[in-house]
Amino acid sequence: MTPETIFYAVAFPILGIFLGLTYKGIDRRISARMTSRIGPPIRQPFWDVGKLLLKETVVPENAVKWLFNAMPILAFASSMTLLLYIPFGVLRAPLEGYGDLIVILYLLTLQSLAMAVGGFASGSPFSSVGAQREMVLMMSYEMPLATVIVGFALLYKSFSLTTIASTPVWTMVSPVAGIGVLLLFVALLVVTPAELAKLPFDIAEAETEIAEGMLAEYSGRNLALFYLSDAVRGFAMAALEVVLFIPFTFSYVFGVSLSGTTLYIVEGLWFLFKVLIIYIAAVTVVRTSFGRFRIEQASRIFWVHVNLIALLGLALVWLGV
Amino acid sequence: MGKLTNFKRSLWVFHASGGSCNGCDIEIIAALTPRYDAERFGIKLVGSPRHADVLLVTGAIPRDFADKLKRIYEQMPDPKAVIVVGNCGTSGGLFYDSYNLVGPIDEIIPVDVYVPGCPPRPEAIIDAVVKAWLKLEKLEKELEGKKE
Repeated sequence: MTPETIFYAVAFPILGIFLGLTYKGIDRRISARMTSRIGPPIRQPFWDVGKLLLKETVVPENAVKWLFNAMPILAFASSMTLLLYIPFGVLRAPLEGYGDLIVILYLLTLQSLAMAVGGFASGSPFSSVGAQREMVLMMSYEMPLATVIVGFALLYKSFSLTTIASTPVWTMVSPVAGIGVLLLFVALLVVTPAELAKLPFDIAEAETEIAEGMLAEYSGRNLALFYLSDAVRGFAMAALEVVLFIPFTFSYVFGVSLSGTTLYIVEGLWFLFKVLIIYIAAVTVVRTSFGRFRIEQASRIFWVHVNLIALLGLALVWLGV
Repeated sequence: MGKLTNFKRSLWVFHASGGSCNGCDIEIIAALTPRYDAERFGIKLVGSPRHADVLLVTGAIPRDFADKLKRIYEQMPDPKAVIVVGNCGTSGGLFYDSYNLVGPIDEIIPVDVYVPGCPPRPEAIIDAVVKAWLKLEKLEKELEGKKE
């Protein structure tokens, strides 16, 4: 335990919550503007969390109490840990060397799994239906997600995110493999809304048909934890895509050489900007433009179409390497 | 006490429709459309009573629905407020004294804000939600007083 580790352990969750909620606020604002509304202020998610923490936390009578209360904490912890593995532009990841893309894959799954288990533990039919849908959806999108990660392992001969972040993927591929990587990018972009439980894949939390699904019985503090973990995961997922597919630094793109504090500030802002672009493209625009799919439609989309794209990408990458 | 103002900025509403003719419900949806855009004040419709701060009830309440309405109210976490939208809920309206109804909603659950009208205008509904803030903040103050 060095002082640096302790600093990261304290600073990163706070930074993660701040960024996650800010991006959620921007997302809501842009979504509102797209439907020609004014939309809530960017700070709205902060107020939402603050209000949820004030509310009473109800535990239903026929819920499995310890599971019901433990799952929000597990979900929150897993998305916080996820953030510690992602290198922020030129900043290195705090947990660098302790895990790789496989751990990230597991942490992404763990959060959805925690929500599903929490849904089953609620003892409400709505939550059970929601949890079942989430399990089906998870089985559908895990395959393309794993394919993307295998594709990267094939290219770099390593699962380490630091290795991947150090060399932009586009500079080390042949044209054939480049098309493959592009297809993997498309597949990951389609997986993103499902991973984050956003429209059109928020089937497990459909508020109009199954009363918010897995979250139906959660209130107060527990709901606030789920809200926060959802926000942080949204940011982390977009950041992961930036690290994998658009790792170009500010000085690389604009040909300026920076040093010292300026370098870190500019590169940090540039990284956040890239994350915002991905977040808007993969989440905001998609969730505003589409209606909700039925569960079997979503399953077919992932198992047939997205899987096909991802596997084709993987084959091209394999040929290109 | 900066915390208490949180209700002023973020208010989640659950909409329960009793024996409504759908007129008031349409007006509630109208409050969310681009013209009125209630979301810019942080007002949001949620799908589960467990997430709600405010219960919005429309329509006269038939016998079958009375106990369900009571259960919805009891499922909401404290602090909570109830708004009745439309003439039917406040007094019985068109169906006053009907043998099928259990009377105005305030005989079943405690009501904080009444919005008369058949149907009321969306501005009136947003105004009612604003009035419910005051009640929620008062309740929260009382709860905090009890804790200390």
